[in-house]
Amino acid sequence: MRVVTLVTGAGLLLTACGGAKVGESGSAQSGAKTGCGTFNLAINPWVGYEANAAVIAHVAEKQLGCKVVKKDLKEEVAWQGFATGEVDAIVENWAHDDLKKKYIEEQKVAVNAGPTGNKGVIGWYVAPWMAEKYPDITDWKNLNKYADLFKTSESGGKGQLLDGDPSFVTNDEALVKNLKLNYKVVYAGSETALISAFRQSQKEQKPIIGYFYEPQWFLSEVRLVKVNLPAYTPGCDADPAKVACDYPPYELDKIVSKRFADSGSPAYTLVKNFTWTNDDQNLVAKYIAQDKMTPEEAAAKWVADNPGKVKAWLPTG
Amino acid sequence: MTAVSVAAAKAPARRHLLLVVLAAWVLGWVVLRGRDTLALGGAELTPLHTALGEGMDAVDDSRNSNPFFLYFVNYIRLFIDEAVTFVQALISQPSFGRPVPVLGWLGVTGLAAGIALLYGNRRVALLTAAGFLSFGVLGLWQESMDTLALTLTAVALSLAVGIPLGVWAGLSDRFNRLVTPVLDFMQTMPTFVYLAPLTLFFLIGPASATVATMIYAIPPAIRITAHGIRHVSHETLEAGASLGATAAQSLRHVRLPMAKQTIIVGVNQTIMAALSMATIAALIDAPGLGQTVLKALQTLDVGTAFNAGLAIVIMAVVLDRVTSAASRRVEAERRAGRLRSPRGRRLEVAGVLGVAGVLGYLSYTYVWAAEFPAEANLGSYVRRAADAASVWVQDNLAAYTDAVKNLLTNALLNPFEALLTGSPWWLVAAAAVAVALLVGNVRAAVVTAAGLAALVLLGLWQDSMVTLASTLVATVLVMILGVVAGVWMGRSDRADTVLRPVLDAGQTMPAFVYLVPILGLFGPTRFTAIIAAVVFAAPVAIKLVAEGIRGVSATTVEAATSAGASTWQLISKVQLPMARSAVTLAASQGLIYVLSMVVVGGLVGAGALGYDVVAGFSQHQLRGKGLAAGLAIVVLGIVLDRVMRAATQRADAASHGGAHRTSHRN
Repeated sequence: MRVVTLVTGAGLLLTACGGAKVGESGSAQSGAKTGCGTFNLAINPWVGYEANAAVIAHVAEKQLGCKVVKKDLKEEVAWQGFATGEVDAIVENWAHDDLKKKYIEEQKVAVNAGPTGNKGVIGWYVAPWMAEKYPDITDWKNLNKYADLFKTSESGGKGQLLDGDPSFVTNDEALVKNLKLNYKVVYAGSETALISAFRQSQKEQKPIIGYFYEPQWFLSEVRLVKVNLPAYTPGCDADPAKVACDYPPYELDKIVSKRFADSGSPAYTLVKNFTWTNDDQNLVAKYIAQDKMTPEEAAAKWVADNPGKVKAWLPTG
Repeated sequence: MTAVSVAAAKAPARRHLLLVVLAAWVLGWVVLRGRDTLALGGAELTPLHTALGEGMDAVDDSRNSNPFFLYFVNYIRLFIDEAVTFVQALISQPSFGRPVPVLGWLGVTGLAAGIALLYGNRRVALLTAAGFLSFGVLGLWQESMDTLALTLTAVALSLAVGIPLGVWAGLSDRFNRLVTPVLDFMQTMPTFVYLAPLTLFFLIGPASATVATMIYAIPPAIRITAHGIRHVSHETLEAGASLGATAAQSLRHVRLPMAKQTIIVGVNQTIMAALSMATIAALIDAPGLGQTVLKALQTLDVGTAFNAGLAIVIMAVVLDRVTSAASRRVEAERRAGRLRSPRGRRLEVAGVLGVAGVLGYLSYTYVWAAEFPAEANLGSYVRRAADAASVWVQDNLAAYTDAVKNLLTNALLNPFEALLTGSPWWLVAAAAVAVALLVGNVRAAVVTAAGLAALVLLGLWQDSMVTLASTLVATVLVMILGVVAGVWMGRSDRADTVLRPVLDAGQTMPAFVYLVPILGLFGPTRFTAIIAAVVFAAPVAIKLVAEGIRGVSATTVEAATSAGASTWQLISKVQLPMARSAVTLAASQGLIYVLSMVVVGGLVGAGALGYDVVAGFSQHQLRGKGLAAGLAIVVLGIVLDRVMRAATQRADAASHGGAHRTSHRN
């Protein structure tokens, strides 16, 4: 019994300390504008995507009164979400022709909502110090001359071509073969691995050549230099085994679910109208990656600084 | 001739035969190098891969019309979703129209410490309180509670399914034989392979994440329960039978109570397995600490990743110590009979629940007890310290580590890999079967032959050989570490106190946290992947070896010491040979753990099967190949496990003259 008394006593004592009560401080929901409802936004795992999504989510929440549900998903899982009705929009899509065929043409559960305005570039890059020291390295014809520089424990006596964020299609093995380069493709396996390799390359003057792409936040830390492969012409990559040309330029676009497009939600109009430049995205990505802001803070800052651009995205009337 | 001398005469002959096989292999490699190596490029597919991809598409498409999905899977999904959401409403997410969860930090901490006190002891109760408070101090209270909610739900469901199945497997040999390969499959199939398909069945959300976790967490629950039921002593069972107990009574009153301690060990292992999935499940939107780790990785933010990883380690250590204490308590109470009067226990329970109830009420009512005070957030210091450490290591050690990497790669890994990948596949297969026959037995040789044939059929022969080479090199390193640190730890209690937390951290810290610093040290190479595997696998090996060394009887050690044996002689002539079965168990467990890191290795430059799996998860057209690569990893795991087990049996038979030994896994 004594224990119980003690407990109650202690309880009373603590209660007397008091403090603000939960729900007391009037966390009244700001009267949300009607008509938007819930907006399910996929978040694919790279910072540039996060920049697009953060800005769209910020505008949808603050200016359209939507309830935005962010879902962290890999691309393919996000596309599946169109079929199961759990994802409304993907706001930075890199080509993915096979997924477009499956979900837009065959299953008809998704539609294209136009370009984001960002231009994607894929190719082979070297660190800036290499381009300075060996100016002619940016021409593929000279790559064999430098192959010895790129030898590593992994490349079996040839030059190492560091490949591979596994999310992207690469033709690099075919390219090496068809351009008769004395290189071996080594799969780094993740964006993290590629970035650390290039970072190390610049810091320690260690020669590295590898697959990379822009827009990417890391380029504002180390401005990698692209190596020019034989220029891309439409159709030159038709047969993956015989490719001997550079990667095509990518127009990054937005994909939404059919249901969302037909819903008349103001969030759909926002996604459809959303467009900005590589510089815009790089700036927001830099806020997130280097200035360590949360995506929400970064988006709020950019939106506050660019009211004109944001206004053009909003539904009229 | 006696049996013993036959065995003694055979052993050297066997060793010679082994050397002959290896010499023949190397000779064959020199002559036939580059022929029939079955290489397949990164983006190349075989007809089987295309067919597997199409098969997966067909399953996708039938999802909306197939009654199996409509009526069965959907209800399971609904149930699991509701269960997780309910636990989240209690401890992590704003719920029931309130801006905060039902229980705030004070209530959850009080309740957790109370449970630790009631089922464990005072020490683990204090540890629990400190651990839970540290989640808030790291600035990760809500994320930690999300992870805890998902883990606890997954564990509860795993136990609800696993313990009954385990009891069945314990009672029925036939069911046990049936279920063992299934469990092997569940534990070695890389999660990446089934993560994307799962979201088709269970949709994006808590249900998919929970099921993914359960697939990995159920096997230990079943295995260990079955082990416990099986090893109830015969005398006790016979005593029960002679008193006229029916099978059901014997199960309820004899087997289950006697196996209780082992079953709690199973609970412990299930919790650890579930927690180890926190990061990977975040790839399909599982909430919690895993998200924080993955987000941080996108910007190579080591500090933030480490901070969240530390919270996962703390959670694992707390849950491990509490369940271990509960298991010891069960054992102590069983041995001693009831220690305390029921009345004393009742008072204790009432008191603890009363305090927890008051704390819970406070955290329900008052803001200060509901939301962890932001002023107490020390996470930024941890982040900065981890960042600084990571930068220092990369700046100052990279020169040495590069040399180590090149030495080991060129001297050990490259020649071995060249031998495996450069020889014709049939030569490798013949050599492997012969080795399995010599170190193991006929059965191991048959499994090896079948497994290697499967690798050829899967179209991934060369990738499998590259992965095999790295796996074996990593296992050798694990065993070197395991023996050295294990002996030290087994002989010195102080070493044990120092090493154990480090080993726990190595086992539970998500690999994603330390990938960035080791990438900085070793670059994206196969060696980086080997290091990641060693960090994860060495703790198990070390702990098992230490356990074995400690198990050597004190009188034997004393006798050797008094006979004038030096420390070195004592270790090499007495302690290690007597702990032989623990060392072989450590090797086989180490190997399985190394194999479970193949996919993580694929993320940091190991290429081969690990990369195939990751690429299959990321690219639609490669999903068939990813599935095939996952299967190839399972095949490698089963072959290596069976050969190791056969070798262990042979070693035991040789050292104990065929004494019966119970083999146990995990």
